[in-house]
Amino acid sequence: MRAVISVVGRDRPGILAFAANECAVRNINIEDVTQKVLQDLFTMIMIVTIPDDPESFHNFAREIEAAGDAQGLKIHVMHEDIFNAMHTI
Amino acid sequence: MAIVKQSSDSILETIRMIDEECLDIRTVTMGISLLDCADADIDRSCEKVYAKITDKARNLVRTTQDISREYGIPIVNSRISVTPISLLVSVSGGDPVKYALTLDRAAKKVGVNFIGGFSALVQKGMTPGDEALIRAIPEALKKTELVCSSVNIGSTKAGINMDAVRLMGETVRKAAEETADNHCFGAAKLVVFCNAAEDNPFMAGAFHGISEPDCVINVGVSGPGVVREAVRKAGKNRTMDEIAEVIKKTAFKITRMGQLVGTAAAERLKVPFGIVDLSLAPTPAVGDSVARILEEIGLEQCGGPGTTACLAMLNDAVKKGGVMASSSVGGLSGAFIPVSEDAGMIEAAENGTLTIEKLEAMTAVCSVGLDMIIIPGDTTPETISAIIADEAAIGMINNKTTAVRVIPAIGMGPGDSLEFGGLLGYGPVMPVGKTSPKIMIERGGRIPSPIHSLKN
Repeated sequence: MRAVISVVGRDRPGILAFAANECAVRNINIEDVTQKVLQDLFTMIMIVTIPDDPESFHNFAREIEAAGDAQGLKIHVMHEDIFNAMHTI
Repeated sequence: MAIVKQSSDSILETIRMIDEECLDIRTVTMGISLLDCADADIDRSCEKVYAKITDKARNLVRTTQDISREYGIPIVNSRISVTPISLLVSVSGGDPVKYALTLDRAAKKVGVNFIGGFSALVQKGMTPGDEALIRAIPEALKKTELVCSSVNIGSTKAGINMDAVRLMGETVRKAAEETADNHCFGAAKLVVFCNAAEDNPFMAGAFHGISEPDCVINVGVSGPGVVREAVRKAGKNRTMDEIAEVIKKTAFKITRMGQLVGTAAAERLKVPFGIVDLSLAPTPAVGDSVARILEEIGLEQCGGPGTTACLAMLNDAVKKGGVMASSSVGGLSGAFIPVSEDAGMIEAAENGTLTIEKLEAMTAVCSVGLDMIIIPGDTTPETISAIIADEAAIGMINNKTTAVRVIPAIGMGPGDSLEFGGLLGYGPVMPVGKTSPKIMIERGGRIPSPIHSLKN
């Protein structure tokens, strides 16, 4: 399934590398990345492909969110359908 | 596979709605028909009820948790609604409390946080089964934790059953008395309806109507905080129709989320998807208040002049946005105004801006009725009946659902407050008119249905 990873936190070197590495070590492919810095706040959206099995999705989401927390970053992993549903007619 | 085409702004908007503006799925409610459980032997009937509920809903809680995790949307409650139990009592006879205890046990087994349907539909008249159930409500609510009860005493088509209204005044009071040592909580689990919706997923008034399929998933979405924030961002210099447009667009997004979760839950549980109920259901949490939306539109405080007009616009805009977003909008769909569950309403009631009389006017234009209102402990049963009759009259004449969920705070009066905790919140005891409606209530009989019910 496709999922959206959002990362929000105070801007500093290495955030993109950190998130990309979290994906790479789990063999999760990144398809698209957009990012911007507003004032001091860094926001990044990554589109990734995650195995369909719900268990591995839950584990991945839990682990990366916790890892983000430890770095002072707010990370969310959500199924792409939620965004398609809410923002398209 | 659909491709994510959303701009990062849309994605961040969704995340902000969930993280900061209290957007959530308020409830995924599984409706289960118990008609095939009816048995002339009450114990056998209860066994079948327990077996059916625990079978149909065995994966309900786990599935909603999975969906919540996957989509990143909080799903606050998983609940069950069942066929009005009075129908089973009519077949089996016996003590209706046995059914309540069975429902409670089944609800605990599957892990839901409420089960609704200890109910009777008596708008035109009561069968012996209906009456037995109504008389058993106070004891049933005392002896159970998760069972919710509702009674429909009027409809536009049938008029208002004043015998049932009289009985419900006594029942509400007794439900509070029986649970006086537990914040009068019994009365908070009891709703008296006019024009009850048969597919409403929200408690305490949910039941599974007899025209519904064997099993169905209904979803209730909420999000007063999201609407308020959208109105705030629109700014103070927009016209009312522009504000209505902003609310419509927001309601659309919220409902789409409900539709997505509902269809996903139905598919995984292999039962049909019923409806999305798009209701702005407040909670005591900061920022999750319907009153604050009205204040954001431009009132100094909810309950003051202008409140009814703002609420009418809000309620209508919410429906218009919701209808386009879902294949099937149903239930109550609109704005809820439960006093004790809404921080802004609590504040307005505490300082006297919001009164029961104003709330009654507001119920003429929103989706429900007098909800979670704490009234003095010395309020007589006939006064409660009269409040119910007034509210039912508004529903009957205006072709809409109205409801009464008042909690007589036994031993308390104006100036005191009652605390329920959790989603049900707390609130001040609100004064009620002192003149007696005794003779009117004792007349009984029926208020005939209005002329506009004759549509054929």
